[in-house]
Amino acid sequence: MKYIEGFRDADAARFLHDKLAATGEELAREGRTVRVMEVCGSHTMAIARFGVRGMLPDTVSLLSGPGCPVCVTDAAYIDAAIELAEREIIIATFGDMMRVPGSRETLAQLRAAGAEVEVCYSPEGALVLARNNPEREVVFLGIGFETTTAPVVSLVHTAQAQGVRNLSVLTAFKLVPPALDALIADVEVQIDAFLCPAHVSAIIGSEAYRPIVEQHSIPCAVAGFEPLDILYGVQVLAEMLAQDKPALVNHYARVVRPEGNLAAKTLIDAYLEPVDAGWRGLGELPRSGLGLRERWSAYDAAKRFSVSTRGGSFDPRCRCGDVLKGKIIPPQCPIFGKVCTPDNPVGACMVSSEGSCAAYYRYSRTD
Amino acid sequence: MTTRKILLGHGGGGRLSRDLIAQEILPRFGEGPLAGLPDGALLEFGGQKLVFSTDSFVVHPLEFPGGNIGELAVHGTVNDIAVSGGKPLWLSLAAVLEEGLDLALYRRVLDSVKAAARECGVQVVTGDTKVVARGQCDGVYLNTAGIGVSIEGFELSQGAVRAGDQVLVSGTLGEHGMAVMAAREGIAIAGGVVSDTAGVQRLVQAAAPFAAGVRFMRDPTRGGAAAVLGEIVEDTSIGILLDEQAIPFSPGARAIAEMLGLDLLHVASEGRMILISAPECSAKILAAWKALPEGENAGVIGRVSEDAGRVILTTAIGGRRLVDIPRGELLPRIC
Ligand code: SF4
Repeated sequence: MKYIEGFRDADAARFLHDKLAATGEELAREGRTVRVMEVCGSHTMAIARFGVRGMLPDTVSLLSGPGCPVCVTDAAYIDAAIELAEREIIIATFGDMMRVPGSRETLAQLRAAGAEVEVCYSPEGALVLARNNPEREVVFLGIGFETTTAPVVSLVHTAQAQGVRNLSVLTAFKLVPPALDALIADVEVQIDAFLCPAHVSAIIGSEAYRPIVEQHSIPCAVAGFEPLDILYGVQVLAEMLAQDKPALVNHYARVVRPEGNLAAKTLIDAYLEPVDAGWRGLGELPRSGLGLRERWSAYDAAKRFSVSTRGGSFDPRCRCGDVLKGKIIPPQCPIFGKVCTPDNPVGACMVSSEGSCAAYYRYSRTD
Repeated sequence: MTTRKILLGHGGGGRLSRDLIAQEILPRFGEGPLAGLPDGALLEFGGQKLVFSTDSFVVHPLEFPGGNIGELAVHGTVNDIAVSGGKPLWLSLAAVLEEGLDLALYRRVLDSVKAAARECGVQVVTGDTKVVARGQCDGVYLNTAGIGVSIEGFELSQGAVRAGDQVLVSGTLGEHGMAVMAAREGIAIAGGVVSDTAGVQRLVQAAAPFAAGVRFMRDPTRGGAAAVLGEIVEDTSIGILLDEQAIPFSPGARAIAEMLGLDLLHVASEGRMILISAPECSAKILAAWKALPEGENAGVIGRVSEDAGRVILTTAIGGRRLVDIPRGELLPRIC
């Protein structure tokens, strides 16, 4: 655990803060901002848990992006899962998904009403369920970014190898780079730099962000989850802005390689292909998700049981879309902390501990 | 309540649990000793002050590193009595067994009950056994109720806590919850993590000479230290300021919590206690605790502040954040 301590040192944090303050001020004098988006939910959580936002100088702001897999899950996807559960199919899911609002209800409410919705801590849990219930169908809710994709793909791989035929996956995999492109294209969104995800980048490689830097001149830094990693990443981004030298830097080289994890990428490619995907708050983005290739359609729950993961509706008061795009911070949503709380989430951003509304509520509420 | 069914989260020791009790139990039974929801009821009988408490135990898996459901059932009730300022004396033991339960396992559970009771200085004096059909319970459910006598000098109440008081913990936090979760999910890490399940009655005894300065004691079980501290300050004019670096955590528990994205302040301990004392007594209580093997890692982790209603943590890098009462079930993050 020496390892963890080493990255949480208070003196180093103060040093980085001072440097950041100087750079921020320099930019402010030129009338420029330092608005950095942390794309990934794990960053959002670490920032909140270690009080990083409060340590930033006034001239620098950190905005949460669309990188929490639960937050971007469409209501229609939950509706589809509910429809399957109502057909007596066993649903296996990561715990966070239980409370994501569908158009009408959540999986947790459905479970309390008697449906079989089982929480798994890893995709293998679904395999065990399928083996223990050979006469039943089991559907695993395959959501997440590039990080969770590989383990779910190996689930399909193992199921096939072991002849498990009563298991399938309802896929809603998302890709990070297309979401960033969509944010850049939105004229109302103002982001000066991206703090890029750690684990996702370990799979896709830091080079995946190269086009953002080259086509849009927006600096990108890949950083780890420790609070000092994050502060350092922000400081480096601010410096690039000050020097007008946007670049791609990888500060997580202990884990992230430029080309990523080739073995995982090959595995993913063998099973999945890019598809258009619906994002809560961002809408449908072309080729921003991954779905099972035709030859694996026996494992594709949407095809196997003919359910649609499109359409759906969410509470009109919810401002999750604006939160996910960094247009507002959670307390600016009129129902934040009043109607919408982690006990009664109205939007998905209030559900997962990585959701920016939940992180704000848990760690920096000021009421 | 916005939901018309009982959710698993209603049993998690967080906000949902508290809402359920506030809305369904207190209106029916909340007059008399149950008011204020202490861990144990203080009862006067025949000139004696007694402490009475009960607890039910369901844990999966039944055996986990560091213990099994048997010692948990003893420690749970013993600790509720102890932190209410009592010396536990007698326990009842009721078991609901599932048809098909392995007798050897049940023997291990009962042997653990016996050993834990001896260690805590209590006697099992009455009991009951029921068997239900396969599938109607998860192996073994236990319930214990206990009676103790009130220790002279303790005048405990949440309302007595005031700004400037010190917050002490008797040892590392969250090991029980992490040990059970790791066992359940088959997470193996080097060094491992072992449940802290134990009686805290000796720690309470050690604090007794300074009882006049002890404002409040509680064992941080479900909901963890965050729930205990959050409840103290909620709807009051005081707050609590914690220093992350002063809070004892074991490396194993920390590694698993990091991995699952959980906050150890939300995770249950079953052999630790939190004590709030007047500033002039904290050093003496700490010294008395540290002299005991179960108090080896004890420490002062923070103080009572004037930041009304809020528990704030100064993080290891010097940031500040809120410590919230956990809501329901603890759910590991996705990636
Ligand atoms: S506070 Fe709730 S409703 Fe508002 S944006 Fe966040 S999740 Fe959506």
